[in-house]
Amino acid sequence: MASIEKMTLNMGPQHPSTHGVLRLVLELDGEKIEKVTPHIGYLHRGVEKLAEHRTYHQTLPLTDRLDYLAPMSNNLGYVLAVEKLLGIEVPERAETIRVIMAELTRIKSHLVWLACHALDIGAMTVFLYCFREREAVMDIYEMISGARMTSNYFRVGGLSQDVPDGFEKRVRDFIDSFDANVDTYEGLLTKNTIWLQRTVGNGVISAEDAVDAGITGPALRGSGVDWDLRRDNPYSGYEKYKFQVPIGEKCDTFDRYKVRLVELREAAKIVRQALDFLKPGPILADLPQVCYPPKDAVYNTIEGLIHHFKIASEGFLVPEGEVYQGIEAPKGELGYYVVSDGGNHPYRMRIRPPSFVNLSAIEKMSKGFMVADLVAVIGTLDIVLGEIDR
Amino acid sequence: MDTTILGLPLIYYAAMILKVLVVFVFVLLTVAYATYAERKIIGHMQVRLGPMRTGWHGLLQPIADGVKLFFKEEIVPAQASKFTFLIAPLIALIPAFISFAVIPFGDTVELFGYKIPLQIASVYDTQAGRVLDLNVGVLYILAMASLGVYGIVLAGWSSNNKYSLLGGLRSSAQMISYELAAGLAIVSVFMLSESLSLQKIVADQSNFFSWSGTWYAFKQPLAFILFFICSLAEINRTPFDLPEAESELVSGFCTEYSSMKYAMFFMAEYANMVTVCAVTVTLFLGGWHGPLHPVLNFIVKVYFLIFVCMWIRATYPRYRYDQLMRLGWKVFLPLTLLNIVVTGIVIAAFS
Repeated sequence: MASIEKMTLNMGPQHPSTHGVLRLVLELDGEKIEKVTPHIGYLHRGVEKLAEHRTYHQTLPLTDRLDYLAPMSNNLGYVLAVEKLLGIEVPERAETIRVIMAELTRIKSHLVWLACHALDIGAMTVFLYCFREREAVMDIYEMISGARMTSNYFRVGGLSQDVPDGFEKRVRDFIDSFDANVDTYEGLLTKNTIWLQRTVGNGVISAEDAVDAGITGPALRGSGVDWDLRRDNPYSGYEKYKFQVPIGEKCDTFDRYKVRLVELREAAKIVRQALDFLKPGPILADLPQVCYPPKDAVYNTIEGLIHHFKIASEGFLVPEGEVYQGIEAPKGELGYYVVSDGGNHPYRMRIRPPSFVNLSAIEKMSKGFMVADLVAVIGTLDIVLGEIDR
Repeated sequence: MDTTILGLPLIYYAAMILKVLVVFVFVLLTVAYATYAERKIIGHMQVRLGPMRTGWHGLLQPIADGVKLFFKEEIVPAQASKFTFLIAPLIALIPAFISFAVIPFGDTVELFGYKIPLQIASVYDTQAGRVLDLNVGVLYILAMASLGVYGIVLAGWSSNNKYSLLGGLRSSAQMISYELAAGLAIVSVFMLSESLSLQKIVADQSNFFSWSGTWYAFKQPLAFILFFICSLAEINRTPFDLPEAESELVSGFCTEYSSMKYAMFFMAEYANMVTVCAVTVTLFLGGWHGPLHPVLNFIVKVYFLIFVCMWIRATYPRYRYDQLMRLGWKVFLPLTLLNIVVTGIVIAAFS
């Protein structure tokens, strides 16, 4: 009698398709997956703890590095949480620019998802096409914040600076050609027999299971749950924009793929509407206790100088209280829970990263499938280890 | 000139050595520059440039790669089965090259009054006034092609690495099942040519414009397509590159290989591609017949097919293991059998 052994395969942390430093311990029967155990923490930097010893402004750059593929969304969640705690309003122009950047970030993040997902399944060309467009978004990032990835552009109360001349034209040019680019990706994938065979029926998770696991974002909508925080719990003026929330039916990788592709097009629509709304005006709230005064005031008035000095040296004080603010980040619900004891730094900050929660469904989605399917599942979950490990 | 060895004149041996050298060097150069061409072609398809720095437009890149691989450290994993680990790259590489022995790559040329057919394993018979070659040439090619799988399986097994093992297993299953379909696909060509000799098969396709002498690709379109696809699967090219699926199995069977041993697998992959394209050209696309010089015709056709392989790679995603097997056994195999039956009926009806 031949004995049958199960093979334990260690996938990652160094592996081309675990999207960073995810480690999966697989139990295999041939190529069939019996068990998946994700091991995380290889990218742990202690962001939540670090925040307890930094002023509110100093915490902001840490958030860039959570989901490093969508830095502005992370910034947005954080500044919204702090603003909620302070109870302040943001000028309309700042809010609109935030929406433009958040949606461009969604495009950027989804492009990386599509690129890597396609590459994992073996379609190399889509990868480079997506990165071409992502580069354009990065250029816009660089134009307004000086950095391509760790933008650190939003501020509590508004933005760090106004957008430079030519910003609107650049964004509009990008958006105008974007639909045709999405058509190109779809042309290579959507009706491709091999792509269909690899994605239809792969990584199925029912709506009920998805809700139970706490999955959010496109992964949840792919399972047919109609839930989008931009529409159902609007922030940053999202109620002004008209957009569709796509949902899937068959709960599989292909439906999630389609949902994200529609989201790409919808994000472009939102950006276009926001550009139409964009009017000149202040980009920071007029609150000298919280926001830096304009440079003119700093150089020419004693009050301005004092405010500048106070904010730069000790930050601003936030009234005692606690707040949770969730936003619809590209990967799902990104939440910031901030507790203040009335001081100039968070007493406690807890981040609810969408990838972390979505990753928990990996075993349910890949059990009984093959190794090649697991790779597709990792791709379709769209995880980023930066925010899982924090 | 009258001296003979084993009944053949000395010039036969001289010509043989010359042919082997020329073909070997040609295939080797093609392999080297196929890597360059692949990177360039796919690069341009993917809105990038490919190699640009080494020489004019990166033309020296294959040489630089070769030198780099040559000087890299030879690593043999401590737990590996040493002998098998060392011999596997050779087993993969050699069959890829020796298939070329029976492929006719040109017409007969005359040198010092001696007629030399441009096919390595052949001789011009002056009495019969025709070229004699291996009368089971196609079987020889199929045999050599199936030897290549041993290299990959042994490499996967001897590396003592789970990813390599999975890659090796995948490739053995894949190559064996697709060899069957590829072999059956060309049976219909033999039925038409009534010979396994590649000389005869090429001679049958000498006249492009008449139905009796046109390419077998037109007489047997299904067999042509099936054979080409199966060949892609057999040599592990995209979309059937599962054994070395980078995103799943890291590098599959060659994960543990480095330096020249890795280079040998790499060369074997490309040499296989050249061979398969040459076989396809010989069987289906008229061999060396065509408007240009015979050798040139052959080269142009082979290069075109190589280009198609690269084009496919830039376009398609990868199959999953079980889907690949299903395609091979449940789609291609019945289709080839059907093709044989239909060909048989048609031949019987017309004779």
